[in-house]
Amino acid sequence: MKQHKPYKIIISAHLPWYHVPWREIWEYRDLIKNFVRRDLTAVYKQSVLGPLWFVLVPLLTTVVFTVIFGKVAKISTDGIPPFLFYMCNMVLWNYFQNCFSGISNCLIKDATVFGKVYFPRISVPLSLLISNLVQFTVNFLLFLCFFIYFWCFTTSSIVPSWWALLLPLLVFQCAIVAMGTGLWLAALTAKYRDLTFALPFVAQLWLYGTPIVYPASLVPEKYQWLIALNPMTWVVELNRFALLGVGTVHPKLIVIGLLVGMFFLLSGFFLFNKVQRTFVDTI
Amino acid sequence: MSNPAIVVENLSKSYRLGVIGRHTLQDELRFWWHRLRGRNPIDYMGKVGEIGGRNAAAGSSQEKGLFWALKNISFTVEPGEVVGIIGRNGAGKSTLLKILSRITEPTEGGAVIHGRVGSLLEVGTGFHPELTGRENIYMSGTILGMKRIEIDEKFTDIVNFAEMENFIDTPVKRYSSGMYVRLAFAVAAHLEPEILVIDEVLAVGDLAFQKKCLRKMEDVGHAGRTVLFVSHNMSAITRLCSKAFLLDSGKLVDSGPAEQVVGNYLTRSAAHQKLRSANEPEIIGSDPVTLCQVKVTKENGDPIMLASVLDELTLDVVYRVSEPDLNFRCMIMFRTQGIIAFSSIEPVETIHHEPGMYHSVLKIPANLFAECEYSLDVSIFTSKGIKKHYVKERDVYSFQITDPMTGNSARGDYVQGYGGVIRPLLQWETVSSPIKVS
Repeated sequence: MKQHKPYKIIISAHLPWYHVPWREIWEYRDLIKNFVRRDLTAVYKQSVLGPLWFVLVPLLTTVVFTVIFGKVAKISTDGIPPFLFYMCNMVLWNYFQNCFSGISNCLIKDATVFGKVYFPRISVPLSLLISNLVQFTVNFLLFLCFFIYFWCFTTSSIVPSWWALLLPLLVFQCAIVAMGTGLWLAALTAKYRDLTFALPFVAQLWLYGTPIVYPASLVPEKYQWLIALNPMTWVVELNRFALLGVGTVHPKLIVIGLLVGMFFLLSGFFLFNKVQRTFVDTI
Repeated sequence: MSNPAIVVENLSKSYRLGVIGRHTLQDELRFWWHRLRGRNPIDYMGKVGEIGGRNAAAGSSQEKGLFWALKNISFTVEPGEVVGIIGRNGAGKSTLLKILSRITEPTEGGAVIHGRVGSLLEVGTGFHPELTGRENIYMSGTILGMKRIEIDEKFTDIVNFAEMENFIDTPVKRYSSGMYVRLAFAVAAHLEPEILVIDEVLAVGDLAFQKKCLRKMEDVGHAGRTVLFVSHNMSAITRLCSKAFLLDSGKLVDSGPAEQVVGNYLTRSAAHQKLRSANEPEIIGSDPVTLCQVKVTKENGDPIMLASVLDELTLDVVYRVSEPDLNFRCMIMFRTQGIIAFSSIEPVETIHHEPGMYHSVLKIPANLFAECEYSLDVSIFTSKGIKKHYVKERDVYSFQITDPMTGNSARGDYVQGYGGVIRPLLQWETVSSPIKVS
């Protein structure tokens, strides 16, 4: 056995709200890895198409959007092929939404495990961010294939820019917002079970409240402030601008988005940290 | 290590009773609605613990609304001690373990623990049915706090312990429940934290596997690890633990050497058993024979609940005969682990002419019982002519036999698991004769 540093665990009814077991979260990193592995392998076992579902889901959503919003509703896509217009953000949004709903449900989904063994509860949300990242990468590669096809073989006005190098930052912001809001909802659903039913609706509403199926330029002036408060707005706008060269991103939007994202992350994290200590009693 | 492994101070845990359980948003809204209209919402909404709430009346009336699962528990456990925690269902044992393994927080007080804690409150925690045995070993192992390298090192041991080399790459949902439990326990058994917290997990699997787990537990104890162990298996407690805590209604009522605490506990719980007393001669009923009292004593003393394999015991059966000229004999069945270990029948059946109180005494020699809990069935019957039972009572008395592992017992100097429901001291002789090599 390796020698561990002397370990001291303090159990108290009055731990301060900012008490976070950082060291333990690090010690349990193997668990996070295993959660990631479990999420990736277990989900599609005993399904015919297996991991192909990773790519099929966003692909089909994109097709549906292209048909409904592009062909039927004819919403402007600023001159970009609708398929690419939707897909570039669906890939990103898909990552965000998977993280968001996964994290919101995590306490309830594994309640039996939480009730029987201790490990830093935060490792479940963290692992979800990582496992969904794998899925995102696969989807992004698929998007690149379509991108190259449209760029090289069609006469569309795609102008990718060097801003595309900022893509990891955009993914990071998705993770932060998903984590923050997800932790909020996870903490609340632990007490109010009915939020689980509201959750898909919230996700849906958020999707339509974010300029994904329409460009932000389409939003009336008096609602622009609302769009600005949405921490995902600048992400999808910048993403589209970087990859396809359409749209405008105001720096003010980025600052507001980052601040709102940070606010959600910090408040969600500490709320979750508080709730997770005794949530097994109420769940 | 000079620090005590575990220091618990004034630990209390309460659950709310009688307060409205607002578990859905709808309930919350109704709550506020009633409030807004100036009513007391409690009159309009259900209370937690009203239906099926355990021990709802246990708390005193001053603390109405709170159910104290644990109240002011304080104790210290030194490194290397193996401590058994016993008590009836609902005494707070599991709550205590849950707090010490940090699944939930106390309401008051706290504890300081020096060392890594591994807790085993359930077998198969973190198993995912779709994953293979191999994947689940890693999954469950890391959930229980092991590092990946540690599992790598012990992987072969775990698989061998579970006896399932052939199925290790099969999804566990295809396992039989026995295989599932074996694999799950194998993982848990190889946990090596400084402090191990175990709740009743030995009550799984078949008997052979249970024995194996107990042996593994003994090894754990001998390896100098601190263990907290909840069990209803009193022989496991007395065998494995050096010390025991007795919890009753959330309070620590007794602590000390395991044997002593177990003895006290069994005596306490015997008070709840409905034992007939010989001091009540006015037993109503016109039965020809009525069983009045059954007791097991050591050296003609008080009734005992706990004895060692080395004790000579006396079994007293007191009964009242109210009809003259009856002939009958007594039979005692010793039950343990769901079977009849053995029975003893009065060899002759005589005619008892006189009505009155009768006493049948049975001497049980040392080195007959194994380490089990026995319960007694008493029958009084005649088999001359038509067989007729006058008395046929099940579970009239129970007692626990322990093994101090010393003295002249059937065990000799053997210290590991010993099968069987009786353990007579028999004569052994081994002779050797040279082998002729042709």
